[in-house]
Amino acid sequence: MAMTMTGEVQLPASREVVWAKLNDPEVLKACIPGCEELNKTSDTEFQAVAITKIGPVKARFKGKVHLTDLNPPNGYKISGEGDGGVAGFAKGGATVALSEKDGGTLLTYNVEAQIGGKLAQLGQRLVNGAAKKVADDFFRNFAATVAAPEGPVVAV
Amino acid sequence: MSATGIGAAVRRKEDLRFITGKGKYTDDVVRPGETRAVFVRSPHAHAKINSIDVSAARKMPGVVDVLTGKDLATDKIGNLICGWMIHSKDGTPMKMAPHPALAADKVCHVGDAVAVVIAETQAQARDAAEKVKVDYQVMPAVVDPGKAKSGPQIHDVAPKNTIYEWSLGDAKAVDAAFALAKHVTKLDIVNNRLVPNAIEPRVALAEYDAGTDQLTLWNTTQNPHVSRLVIAAFVGMAPEHKLRVIAPDVGGGFGSKIFIYPEEVVCLWAARKVGRPVKWTADRSESFVTDAHGRDHVTHAELALDASGKMLAMRVKTIANLGAYMSTFSSSVPTYLYATLLSGQYDIPQIYCEVDAVYTNTVPVDAYRGAGRPEATFVVERLVEVAARQMDIDPADLRKRNFIKSFPHQTPVIMAYDAGDYNASLKKALELADVKGFNKRKRDAARDGKLRGLGYSTYIEACGIAPSQAVGSLGCGVGLWESAEVRVNPTGSVEVLTGTHAHGQGHETTFAQLVSERLGIPFENVSIVHGDTDKVQFGMGTYGSRSGAVGMSAIVKALDKIEAKAKKVAAHMLEAAEGDIEFKDGKFTVAGTDKSAAWGDVSLNAYIAHKFAGQELEPGLKETSFYDPTNFTFPAGCHICEVEVDRDTGKTEIVNWTAVDDFGTVINPMIVEGQVHGGIAQGIGQALLEGAVYDKDGQLVTGSLMDYCMPHAHDLPSFQVGLTETKSPSNPLGIKGCGEAGAIAAPAAVINAITDAIGNEELGMPATAQTVWAALKRGQPRQAA
Repeated sequence: MAMTMTGEVQLPASREVVWAKLNDPEVLKACIPGCEELNKTSDTEFQAVAITKIGPVKARFKGKVHLTDLNPPNGYKISGEGDGGVAGFAKGGATVALSEKDGGTLLTYNVEAQIGGKLAQLGQRLVNGAAKKVADDFFRNFAATVAAPEGPVVAV
Repeated sequence: MSATGIGAAVRRKEDLRFITGKGKYTDDVVRPGETRAVFVRSPHAHAKINSIDVSAARKMPGVVDVLTGKDLATDKIGNLICGWMIHSKDGTPMKMAPHPALAADKVCHVGDAVAVVIAETQAQARDAAEKVKVDYQVMPAVVDPGKAKSGPQIHDVAPKNTIYEWSLGDAKAVDAAFALAKHVTKLDIVNNRLVPNAIEPRVALAEYDAGTDQLTLWNTTQNPHVSRLVIAAFVGMAPEHKLRVIAPDVGGGFGSKIFIYPEEVVCLWAARKVGRPVKWTADRSESFVTDAHGRDHVTHAELALDASGKMLAMRVKTIANLGAYMSTFSSSVPTYLYATLLSGQYDIPQIYCEVDAVYTNTVPVDAYRGAGRPEATFVVERLVEVAARQMDIDPADLRKRNFIKSFPHQTPVIMAYDAGDYNASLKKALELADVKGFNKRKRDAARDGKLRGLGYSTYIEACGIAPSQAVGSLGCGVGLWESAEVRVNPTGSVEVLTGTHAHGQGHETTFAQLVSERLGIPFENVSIVHGDTDKVQFGMGTYGSRSGAVGMSAIVKALDKIEAKAKKVAAHMLEAAEGDIEFKDGKFTVAGTDKSAAWGDVSLNAYIAHKFAGQELEPGLKETSFYDPTNFTFPAGCHICEVEVDRDTGKTEIVNWTAVDDFGTVINPMIVEGQVHGGIAQGIGQALLEGAVYDKDGQLVTGSLMDYCMPHAHDLPSFQVGLTETKSPSNPLGIKGCGEAGAIAAPAAVINAITDAIGNEELGMPATAQTVWAALKRGQPRQAA
């Protein structure tokens, strides 16, 4: 089942700061809801483990995350695929673009994802709602981290 | 007619236990030491299995065993089969792909089972199933039947994913008739895919007794004997005499529990392997992606008529989606249960039908309430209605002009209709529905901003499945007779063992009514036994509205034998000649005298055997019969649906429903009416609400009851139900069958009514508010001929 999601978030920091944090595994790990592990395996690749709960299905996804189209400090594409075992699978990516706005940075994202198995059976309404919540939580966490003087702030 | 005999609206015996929660379903059966099975299923529609790692799952708490398709192959457990051979036009046999109970090399649909975890508890099995690691190599999938032939090949045996390219009828004669036609109506039709959703999900519980080498399977099946036969003879699990199949109370089937599924095979195999009983109970999500789906046809149909509206010929081309594997009877549904009914109630001299059956990466498709006949009725009744509108002939009148009026009638598509009066049911329906007052109601509705429409469906079906020789000549792998054993106890109470199976039909009531009437004994003194291969010797189960026409006919034959034997006993008791004994209302009398013996005395004497010598007469009172019908039966009738469509939202409300059916002899009018109600509800579900949707990658996006809409009470009107009667000449009771009629008739009636209301014939099912609204916006005029 395919789904798409777009959005933007205004961040109180320069593009360079935002870019650095977007590439910092510790920041990402702290901001991704349910993320248990995020280990850098190369400059552009990570191994990730995250727990996702959508309706009655709760699964620990294990997968790879890789970064492409790197264009510092303007943006990148972050893609990944995860295996949730009996819950199914998820794969997809997000194009992230950074632009200067109002003395800070406007981050826009464009997500395309596919899910399969039990997760897909849950239906579009539930899955889209859950995916939007994950994205909202991530960016709320990320905005808080970017605004903080140093180090990641865990909000969720 | 007695208060509990044939024709009486007796309350259902079985309802007391069902309504008070005392029914005993398969999941209620608990065996000592029982373990639970949870299946690991593919999240991909089409993928190679590179490897399966069960080591982590094996270490989980409570795990007894974890088994895969490789283990199944090592143990030489055979594949599941399709039991009806269809040959293509070119004479080649259908392409039946291997269907292992657990996939070993590749998966072909989302939900395909690849491994099973056996554990002490359900929760432990579920937890361990999450630890099974399957490495898939995902391949492109095909889900649209129209694109199957050009899609990625699913099975090696089936190039272009084509199972067969079959035809019925005389193509040249049809072409010639079309060439002479004054009017041709053409339609493109999609018969939407449906998910059965019986309220009780499928369950299998298997137990192995090492002491006797005996396997027992408790299973939610509509035909325990066929299940045992297939699992013994084809899957090779155990010899038939070492396998007992029990189908206790079953909570609805609608066809989906006819078939032999992977799960029962795996439970039997696992029970023997682990040496403990193994139970699997489907959850609703699992049911959505494993129970065989229904329908899924893409059809182009044409009807040729002369200037006066006389039908000359019909031409139909259908692509039938059979899903990822050929289910047990899947091949017969879009062929001999479909094309043979394309003549409808009409005298159509020539019909030609081509059916291409294809594999796709979807759940297997098989019989679902009506099985082929709803699809045929939809084609015929849409063609006729649209033709009438295009030719500006009243739709009821066009039907009347073309009705078959003399019987027997040989159609050009195999069936020989033996009895019917189609005009009688149409006439009664027109009166009950007050069709005369429709125009006024339409004007009144228009004042409220509503579009009102009227739609007919004068359907026919072939039931009483089926004469064994006939179906054998068409490729069926089994005979479709039925058996009955009548056991009279010494005290005169009666047990009837039947090879049919009840899963909502009320056999315990209707069959007892027959015995009560025939033997003149109280209805309460009769028990109906079914659903256990150790009790009933053999039988073919329940589907295709066959239990009355075929199952009860077998009971009638056995009762004939019982009466004959009881007369012999009575003759000895009354010291009269056997030929002088008369039997009526439960009493044996000697003709012309006042000497008599009651039923209970005769049955007791049959067992104590004091009045006759063993050389003269065998003791006991028990008789068996196998009844093979001489023909199908042909229930038919007229349903009229009246709708109001909201022109702003497209929402359809069914405001009137009239059903007049000819089911031949009716044993219990209350149960028949219930069957009609249920069938119509399912047909309305298909027409307005239900539709299984796959995305292009083969994910079922209507995989739960949140996205797959079943009909609710508030979606349905009060039904006006009437009956007409012509008796079936092909069985002793004159029964035709009623279980599927509503589901067969209803979809065409609904769509005919909505299209009448909105003035646009291009309307797909389910006709949701959005679909109807879009059709209103398109506003295309009716297709001109």
